Amino acid sequence: MNVATETAYLCGRVLRNLSRQPIWIVVMVVQPMFWLLLYSQLFRRITDLPGFGTTSYIDYLTPGIAVMTAFFSGSWAGMGMIEDLDRGVLERFLATPASRGAIVFGRILESSIVATLQAVLILVTGLALGATNGGASGWLVILLASFLIAAGFAGVSHGVALRTRQEASMIAVAQFIGLPLLFFSSLLIARQLIPSWMQDLSLLNPVEWAVRAARGEALPGTDWGEMGVFLLLLAAFAALTTAFATWSFRSYQRTL
Amino acid sequence: MDAIVVDGLEKTYGKDTRALDGIRFSVPEGQVFGLLGPNGAGKSTTVRILATLTKADAGRATVSGHDVASQAGAVRRAIGYVPQASGVDREATGRENLLLQGRLQGMRGADLERRTGELLETFGLADKANALVKTYSGGMKRRLDVATGLVHRPHVLFLDEPTTGLDPEARAAMWEELERLAAAERLTILLTTHYLEEADRLARRVAIVSRGQVVVEGTPDELKRELRGDAVTVELDGADASRAAEVARGLDGVHEATPDGRRLYLRVEHGAQAVPVILGALDAAGAGVHAVTVSRPSLDDVYLHHTGREFRADDEGRA
Repeated sequence: MNVATETAYLCGRVLRNLSRQPIWIVVMVVQPMFWLLLYSQLFRRITDLPGFGTTSYIDYLTPGIAVMTAFFSGSWAGMGMIEDLDRGVLERFLATPASRGAIVFGRILESSIVATLQAVLILVTGLALGATNGGASGWLVILLASFLIAAGFAGVSHGVALRTRQEASMIAVAQFIGLPLLFFSSLLIARQLIPSWMQDLSLLNPVEWAVRAARGEALPGTDWGEMGVFLLLLAAFAALTTAFATWSFRSYQRTL
Repeated sequence: MDAIVVDGLEKTYGKDTRALDGIRFSVPEGQVFGLLGPNGAGKSTTVRILATLTKADAGRATVSGHDVASQAGAVRRAIGYVPQASGVDREATGRENLLLQGRLQGMRGADLERRTGELLETFGLADKANALVKTYSGGMKRRLDVATGLVHRPHVLFLDEPTTGLDPEARAAMWEELERLAAAERLTILLTTHYLEEADRLARRVAIVSRGQVVVEGTPDELKRELRGDAVTVELDGADASRAAEVARGLDGVHEATPDGRRLYLRVEHGAQAVPVILGALDAAGAGVHAVTVSRPSLDDVYLHHTGREFRADDEGRA
């Protein structure tokens, strides 16, 4: 039995359980559409300012909302880990020969799959509002960026969950990183309109990498090289935080 | 061959919580063995080490011939582990829980389907097989826990407090299931419990555990025979029962007298006959008596007899 099969089984379990929660499904479907509608109306005139590269704010916004949704989906993922921990589910898995890595990978994959499905919905909603996002290849890049950013922050979230093992601490950390990382990016507003010190700092922000990669094709003047670099950075970030979560899992095991 | 060998395991949590202090016992293949003791005695810690969930600081242990520290993978394939706190997924159905458990144990296809159906039937869960576990009663949930531990037909099953928290009816039903199981599946079962009655009914041999060590081992009958007669507890007005214990030891029909603060624990041949004699003697010795109770021997008494401590005193430790 290999890690991939076990990861699939463990991820399937969580997705199945989630699919049985109607309220969860409704919120996951409605919220990203709501963001898209709300922000596109609220900031509609913002593209009168220079620097957006387009006069249609919905074109500018759609990839950003996909990234934001994926980012949130990842940051809160640790809550599920704490629940499994409290209910003894993790221990039951640990007493089987299943790979320890698969227990963590299954959870991270869950966030990525949810985020990707949400991104599809956002793209469809965006299309209805007139955002084409660069067509098929643009869509693929947006889905990929959503998948990776969700995995990256799910890794952080699960790692924190396994170290704190407390819901309140987990919530505090998710909130602490949430809004600052969103606003330290060009998610809502053109980069040229941000003070230059913030522009520089935002280059360290994985949310900014995801936004820049996802938006690459949606706007005129696609720079494939730059998009590639951001996607690679995102993949490295996801790999790094997955390693952090796995390492945290080992340290949790040592405390048993 | 012994299915379980525990040889001098030691484990300390944090700086000074000594959970295991050289515990030692072995269980022959196919036997149901009971670890009996109060919460905090080290029973769960022992089982968790045997189930490869935690590591001992010293000592060694084998399960089905595999070393729990160096051959954890082989041990995990050989065992079923039913923890004290239910580890089943409440948001999944009973069948889904069993299927996932089997898959994590490497089972597939028709064999897994058949085994799952068989277990649901055996444990009386077939009717609710496709209902979410959160709709199950406490007894059903516990039966599913046990079934989960059995999916891959393990050689050794660990049952950590299988009936704690169940109402008497569900407990009796669980005992019946476990008795049938032990007979039918030819399993080696290590059972931990703090119910003397449970060990008595299910286990062929019992070890009493206190402060991380086995204090006595034997068949339930042997242990009870040692404790024939009644238990008498005397609460004294004065601060120290050790004087009173000396007085009581000289009396006819008193087997044993153990002082504990203001309390005096006695084992006597016949409670009703002994009480007037004891009270008379204590009065003559000038020891004022506050209250007296007479009871049949219980786990408290077995425990007190072998450790010189009250059962509850160990309760403050780690479970």
